[in-house]
Amino acid sequence: MHRTLLCAMAFAVAWGTPLAARAQDPELSKLREEVRQLRQAYESRIQALEARLKETEAKAGKAEPSAAQAETAAAGTGTRPAGENAFNPAVSLILQGTLAGNSRDPGTYRISGFVPSGGEVAPPKRGFSLAESELNVSASVDPYFRGQLSAAFTPDNRVEVEEAYFQTLALGRGFTLKGGRFLSGIGYQNEIHQHAWDFQDASLVYKAFLGGRLNDDGLQLKWVAPTDLFVELGAELGRGRQFPGAEGNRNSVANAGSLFGHTGGDIGASMAWRAGLSYLRASPQDRGYGDLDSTGTGVNNTFSGKTRLWAVDGIFKWAPNGNSTQTNLKLQGEYFQRSEDGSLTYDTQAASLGTQSGSYSSRQSGWYLQGVYQFVPQWRVGYRYDRLGAGTTSIGQVSSGALSAADFPILGGYNAKRNTLMVDWSAGEFSRLRLQLARDYSRIGEPDNQILLQYIMSLGQHGAHRF
Amino acid sequence: MIQVKLVFAACLIAATLPASAALNVFACTPEWGSLASELGGDKVTVFNATNALQDPHRIEARPSLIARARSADLVVCTGAELEIGWLPLVLTQSGNSKIQAGQPGYMEASSYVELIEKPQRIDRSMGDVHAAGNPHIHLDPRNVAKVAAALSDRMAALDSAQSAYYRERARFFLQRWAAATAEWEKRAAPLKGVPLVVYHRNLSYLVRWLGMREVGNLEPKPGLPPTASYLVELLAQLQRDPPKAVVRSAYNDPRAAQWLAERAGIPSELVPFTVGGTERAKDLFGLFDDTIERLLGAVK
Repeated sequence: MHRTLLCAMAFAVAWGTPLAARAQDPELSKLREEVRQLRQAYESRIQALEARLKETEAKAGKAEPSAAQAETAAAGTGTRPAGENAFNPAVSLILQGTLAGNSRDPGTYRISGFVPSGGEVAPPKRGFSLAESELNVSASVDPYFRGQLSAAFTPDNRVEVEEAYFQTLALGRGFTLKGGRFLSGIGYQNEIHQHAWDFQDASLVYKAFLGGRLNDDGLQLKWVAPTDLFVELGAELGRGRQFPGAEGNRNSVANAGSLFGHTGGDIGASMAWRAGLSYLRASPQDRGYGDLDSTGTGVNNTFSGKTRLWAVDGIFKWAPNGNSTQTNLKLQGEYFQRSEDGSLTYDTQAASLGTQSGSYSSRQSGWYLQGVYQFVPQWRVGYRYDRLGAGTTSIGQVSSGALSAADFPILGGYNAKRNTLMVDWSAGEFSRLRLQLARDYSRIGEPDNQILLQYIMSLGQHGAHRF
Repeated sequence: MIQVKLVFAACLIAATLPASAALNVFACTPEWGSLASELGGDKVTVFNATNALQDPHRIEARPSLIARARSADLVVCTGAELEIGWLPLVLTQSGNSKIQAGQPGYMEASSYVELIEKPQRIDRSMGDVHAAGNPHIHLDPRNVAKVAAALSDRMAALDSAQSAYYRERARFFLQRWAAATAEWEKRAAPLKGVPLVVYHRNLSYLVRWLGMREVGNLEPKPGLPPTASYLVELLAQLQRDPPKAVVRSAYNDPRAAQWLAERAGIPSELVPFTVGGTERAKDLFGLFDDTIERLLGAVK
């Protein structure tokens, strides 16, 4: 094809020359001028074509690229295959540790007014302490799936699987299916790994309502709408193995389930936002917790029934022209509301006043609001306010007079709150040092002053810049 | 309650559905967006994920990017790890199978050019180095031509009904581009051998193309912001080979550049870096016109 074109052009150019030589009258000189222009245009066009010909030849060896060639071009011509990392799979390791001081013993930490979640919610140990070291391994499995593992090595020498899931790549139409153990898509902070948090610890709502974070075993289906405004809807089914569910032994696919929707977008170049609404339902059987009853004896109580959690989350980010290098601001807040209905069994091991069952229902809520401001490169300050509302809890045994409220001290009405301040310094994207101060009123009548220094070091694969 | 929500969702979707076009192109950086517009004309709708005032290394996987990636037919990015922090996340979250890595709808421009400054040793003690080489390839117009040819082929393959149109536009563009490149090279002749200090190593291809010399960086290591002590050290070191100007990109903080320029008694100049970085850099042609003019003005 190129050859024919070249021939035609050569002919056109050749035809122009004798004509120009003969031209005398105005008609002819006009023609001559036109032809001269034509020739010029063709000359530059031929140059361009030649360059392109060389290009194409070098690329595929043949002049006509086909669709199939285009598909494989990335691998064919390229210097290296496209991929997240030269290594397969991509590996990253997070090292963390703290130096902490607390005016109250972190070992006895509990949030008054709320059923203990059983999660790792206590402040870091006093003195030097290693925090979780996190190993992340991820890669595409094949063109259809991608896999990821996040394992946490805890300071007391255990390995915890935080996430281990596959995710589809090829469903299309905005659908993604995840299966395995994964951080639930409810709320905002839940999906963010601990090392990427803006404070060392979780907010009180996450501690009280989700035991720090929710990472159930199950399936998640997510759909992104084909709109310019970001709209994402998701549903999860899970085993309900952790708070607010409880590890059970049932042939059910839906011991716990959640629905969530997020929407978001940009406001000009400098601002971006996301807002969401989530619903979580679980049916724990014999979800246990320990308490000290009115006789001062340690007892085990269990709850069976239904728990429903609503969460509203919002995040707003600002950076001049969207360039977060110099300064940027991040505001984030979430509101949780939970209701639980079922039965509560007191003293399951008959260690004190004997096993008794009765009805149980509670309506509780909580929220936090936090802001983090990077005022110069590398330096950020942040403030967080936490508030919990113990709401109303009615215990059948107490209203019938069989037991007293003093037998369930942890469930007594108390609205916990906390103020947290932090300042952190990041050398680049891979290391961060943080100073955090908090006055924590989680425990009734026992304000806890906390101070800690924290380091977070990221090795290996470049971390994801999650919004 | 559920019905109300469904109706609301439906209205929301209807209100925000994008206008249908033959080919939705999601460009990670403005230079590839501009190139896609040149090559695709009115047969493509181009979305630029970033602007010239944003550091391409520091973008987050914002909701708006996920939403746009969801409807994209073709993602054009630089590759070579420039977008490593956010693009993989955007792609996996988008639920769009057409644009996943390895699919025809995913294109990395850096695959089509020879990368320079490949690190001998890959270790983060050297800063945020890119293992594949320097990814800021677009400031050498010869690279742009190579990417243009590849991008045009990709568009033609994805939208075969319009393939003749894309080829014709590519021919037209490459012809203008070749002429413009020759003109730029002629105009930039006085820049040959000129020593410069640059902010980040993102002008290396430009420096190499025009035969200039990079004698220092304001960043102590790639990705680390300039520090006072390092700048003092740099100033002393530059006495041996005094630069003619300090050059920074539109998205770089001007303070460090101005500090050094004042003390070294040389001009501090901004270059657009990419399309949209300055008033004149409205498209790829304007980008090079303005860049060369500013450099010539600075070293005069």
